[in-house]
Amino acid sequence: MVSLSAFAFLFSELVQYNQTRVDNIAELERRLEDAGYAVGARVLELLCHREKGNRRETRLLGILSFVHSTVWKVLFGKVADSLEKGTEHEDEYMISEKELLVNRFISIPKDMGTFNCGAFVAGIVKVRMGYDLAVFHWLFVTSISSNWPKLNKLLFLEKGVLDGAGFPAVVTAHFVPVEGQHRPRTTILIKFAEEVLQREARLG
Amino acid sequence: MAPLAPKTGDPLFANVERVNAELFTLTYGAIVRQLLADLEEVEEVNKQLDLMGYNIGVRLIDEFLAKSNVSRCVDFKETADIIAKVGFKMFLGVTATVTNWNAEGTTCSLVLEDNPLVDFVELPDTCQGLHYCNILSGVLRGALEMVSMKTEITWVRDMLHGDDAYELQAKLVKQVPEEYPYKDDD
Repeated sequence: MVSLSAFAFLFSELVQYNQTRVDNIAELERRLEDAGYAVGARVLELLCHREKGNRRETRLLGILSFVHSTVWKVLFGKVADSLEKGTEHEDEYMISEKELLVNRFISIPKDMGTFNCGAFVAGIVKVRMGYDLAVFHWLFVTSISSNWPKLNKLLFLEKGVLDGAGFPAVVTAHFVPVEGQHRPRTTILIKFAEEVLQREARLG
Repeated sequence: MAPLAPKTGDPLFANVERVNAELFTLTYGAIVRQLLADLEEVEEVNKQLDLMGYNIGVRLIDEFLAKSNVSRCVDFKETADIIAKVGFKMFLGVTATVTNWNAEGTTCSLVLEDNPLVDFVELPDTCQGLHYCNILSGVLRGALEMVSMKTEITWVRDMLHGDDAYELQAKLVKQVPEEYPYKDDD
């Protein structure tokens, strides 16, 4: 264990450093996603050894639940606040967190629009889910104090886990305002690739 | 009576919020990897890590002073002790030992046996000149500068280079007296 501040300081330097290397928000998110992806790949290896005895998940709900509980527990010390299936699209699932660790000490200036540092976590998840550019939208929705109704895509961390586990997906992070709550919660939107859904249907 | 300053960081570390060390280690690894990809030159990466550490250090010292309640250190010896026992413990969960004092008391070594930054790390042959933990030297330099001490921090031993521990040499270059921004007679 290390102190939360140590991590927060480090993460803040990561974001600030990347800000100097990019010209726009999309690139910044991409870089954070890549950083998270690298973390996710290693987290997957570690967890596979320790928790699951090298057994791999083959079912969609299995991997989602693995991310939502095991991965979250290891990384953040708790299971994710919620796991939901998207109502509009068959291939979308959402993991939400009231106050995502990486967003806790970060406030996004208005001119950065829908940027969400949860992109880092989105990358971690993506590794867990898929092995190439999967279409897994991780809607990472965290609340920004300005109550942005839009969703921010930041699911780089999560993306790493999904990729490595054989569930390609696009994973993004978004902020979702919550009634009565000052800061929006973060939702990671996972949009699975077509092949994942097909495989799931075949497995019955 | 004011509360006594802690002699070790254990109670402090127990009271701060903590996160999984692996997340911390892996995130640091991701940072170093990014720097290597962007900057390519190992020396450049060393410099950048030191700079990032410096940025952290100047902010970290505030949190340290606020949470640890230490009183002003009388001399550099006490400073080094506090850093090793309280500072490192409070943030990284490990303690360092202070050794190798020179005669004037301006240079010492901080030795770390355990270092959460380097778990699972091996340096490839192409990066042998890399000071992987250089962020630490920046943090110390930045933090000490904020309390009026200009220092030079260098690596003496590095486990990733085959040594048996991590040893940082801290050299006090100058004590800079605090400057007031306004003249009294304006």
